[in-house]
Amino acid sequence: MKKLVSLLLVCTMLLAFGACGKTEANGDFKMGVILIGDDTEGYTAAHMNGIKAAAKSLGIADSNIIWKYKVTEDSKCYDAAADLVASGCKVIFSNSYGHQTFMVQAAEAFPDVTFVSMTGDFAAISGVDNLKNAFTKVYESRYVSGVVAGLKLKELVESGTLTAAVQPDSFDANGNIKIGYVGAYDYSEVVSGYTAFYLGVKSIMPNVVMEVKYTNEWFNIDKEAAAAEALIASGCVIIGQHADSTGAPAATEKRLNNGRICYSVGYNVDMIETAPNAALTSATNTWSAYYTEAIKNAMDGKDIAVDWAEGYAKDAVAITKLGNSCAEGTAEYVADIEAKLKAGTLKVFDTDTFTVSMPQNTCTVETDSNGKLTSCKVDLSFMDFSTMTPIYKGETVECIRDGAFEESYFRSAPYFSVRIDGIVENATPVE
Amino acid sequence: MNKQITAQEPLFRMVKRDNVKKGTKVLTVAAAILAALVVDAVFIFLVTGLNPFSVYGVMLRGTFGNKMRLSWAVRDLASLLLVGIALAPVFKMKFWNIGAEGQILIGGLAAALVMVFVGDKVPSGVLFLVMFLASVLSGALWAFLPGFFKAYWKTNETLFTLMMNYVSISIVACVTNILRGRASSLGKLNMKTKAGWFPEFLGQRYNINILIALILTFAMFFYLKYTKHGYEISVVGESENTARYAGINVKKVIIRTMVLSGALCGLCGFLIVSGRDQSISVSTAGGRGFTAIIVAWLAKFNTFTMVLISFLLIFLERGAGEISSAFGLNDYVADIISGVILFFILGSDFFVNYKLIFRGKKAKEVQES
Repeated sequence: MKKLVSLLLVCTMLLAFGACGKTEANGDFKMGVILIGDDTEGYTAAHMNGIKAAAKSLGIADSNIIWKYKVTEDSKCYDAAADLVASGCKVIFSNSYGHQTFMVQAAEAFPDVTFVSMTGDFAAISGVDNLKNAFTKVYESRYVSGVVAGLKLKELVESGTLTAAVQPDSFDANGNIKIGYVGAYDYSEVVSGYTAFYLGVKSIMPNVVMEVKYTNEWFNIDKEAAAAEALIASGCVIIGQHADSTGAPAATEKRLNNGRICYSVGYNVDMIETAPNAALTSATNTWSAYYTEAIKNAMDGKDIAVDWAEGYAKDAVAITKLGNSCAEGTAEYVADIEAKLKAGTLKVFDTDTFTVSMPQNTCTVETDSNGKLTSCKVDLSFMDFSTMTPIYKGETVECIRDGAFEESYFRSAPYFSVRIDGIVENATPVE
Repeated sequence: MNKQITAQEPLFRMVKRDNVKKGTKVLTVAAAILAALVVDAVFIFLVTGLNPFSVYGVMLRGTFGNKMRLSWAVRDLASLLLVGIALAPVFKMKFWNIGAEGQILIGGLAAALVMVFVGDKVPSGVLFLVMFLASVLSGALWAFLPGFFKAYWKTNETLFTLMMNYVSISIVACVTNILRGRASSLGKLNMKTKAGWFPEFLGQRYNINILIALILTFAMFFYLKYTKHGYEISVVGESENTARYAGINVKKVIIRTMVLSGALCGLCGFLIVSGRDQSISVSTAGGRGFTAIIVAWLAKFNTFTMVLISFLLIFLERGAGEISSAFGLNDYVADIISGVILFFILGSDFFVNYKLIFRGKKAKEVQES
């Protein structure tokens, strides 16, 4: 028995040395990735695909990318970051907003390594030079997905399929058509997204009203399905979403197949497999656009942008393949809108396209007598809400420039949080 | 026919071993680990097709891969050990305190609240003292309730302490939800002022936790082995009636020991919040309240053995994490690998205490004739 034990010890020691030797031999460029989920979850999978595509085009070997899966938004994130530094990574990405407070701590501790907190918002005001933020202008692709939904609505109304006689609860007292949106949280990111979606629909069908339901979770199939069902039950014809699962499209498909007129616009991934009849398209990010640029800069020893935000102009956002149910001529119309967004001639938050009359909690607004937004001041500080003091003091900026709300300009993370007319947030929690 | 069966001796019999030698124990556990590694090797090869030896090599790297990982392993060991130490006296008394998780959380929450609301208003020495008292008292209260009910009304302590966990988890969830305000998650508390964060000691804030764990390892060993209290605990644990006959106030011992255990759990909460996470969440205790039961029980309440058991558990946990990261496997495969090892070690406890006597050759001959 003793012999066996000592044999085992010798084996393990040899293995340990072998394992060490292998890692140290590799002196190439190494990068680390901290992920909130793994490849089974759409949002993280999209990031992973973006990184893999970037690495492939830049010729980075798989073994030089170190992945940390399912890293929660607590001190485990710092541990993961520090561990990646110890493994020799020169640039480290994290993909969830809540990772940011731990990434900044790591950035302070390891000034020679660049830390990118994707979707984060305080890199520029933190005073920590090696902390960066990046976000796509996904509100652009949400706007386009709204256009797709608007075209479908138009077709339904013009063909006489959707009328007050057929589906009376889909019209409000003023004859506006009801649409719905399943949102994760009431954060700027979500508000910016659903407003863009609504304005997209409205650009085609001026008489729409939207109801937003929050799930208070980023990924919960059951809650998202329940929210979609509740929205459809209250009459919504289109169900948009800013939540990560397939819950809402699946629920919409089920109701559509039961004879209800309702269609779904997804997020992140193509939902056609989940909802072959109901899915129109999904707004999505093309993360490889960012990762390729950032990783290349890091490899060349150049600085990575503190705040990176791009949309159609750099092909960083897109909509997925149009579903079979889309209205005729959608592809051509969308191509035109996309070209205008790309050229910058069309602005999503054009102040001529919406009015504001509700009191605002998250920003200071001024409007003219018609309800048109003339001023919107946003405080960019990063707040400690437990003591109500700013952790990083940011400027208060005027966001209305040249007749539009300038989103993702002062920082990469969205800060549009104006509650505009025509959209109602439903505060009742989803069970 | 019937007669023959009754005459048949069973295939093996279990016989309790007396006075097991230390060497036998160590050998049995070592054999169990070896057997587990063999089973795991087969599993790894069949399921993932990877070379089991390279997987084991990676597993070692989880703890020994670099200086930092070793330091973290010691940090995690200290956190787990502290809870094990806190649980040792009650479990020795055969009082099934399943509520360590809740006691840690409520202690951590008390510390966090003091940190946020008193924060920079008082000098740091006073702040730490207030945090210490708040967490120890709230942990003690969380343990006193089930202890008192058990002592006076014989309520079931397992259920009571378990339920108290859910109460504190809900309180913590509610408070963190309020504290985070409009932020998506709470993040670090007092990020700006760093009030209530332990100062760095030998380069790391958590080194203070390690130091305290070390001191308590000795203190609890002494308390259980050489004090009157420790003796009373073991007598109550063996037999309440004997204890009563010997003039021990059983009610008092139960409540006192439970309060001590809860206070120490509360202290763990404080140390985790100040020394390790600088934050509070429902996962602050992170299952340690349950894992520590294995630590205390396997070590037979010897705090020094607990150090070894804690190390083993932390080693497995970190190794599993490293395996899933290095080979791109999901967590479940890594959990199965470490689960098998744990299962064998727990199983080896049986072979330490019992031996199997197989149906002897002699018996067989008798049967044949």
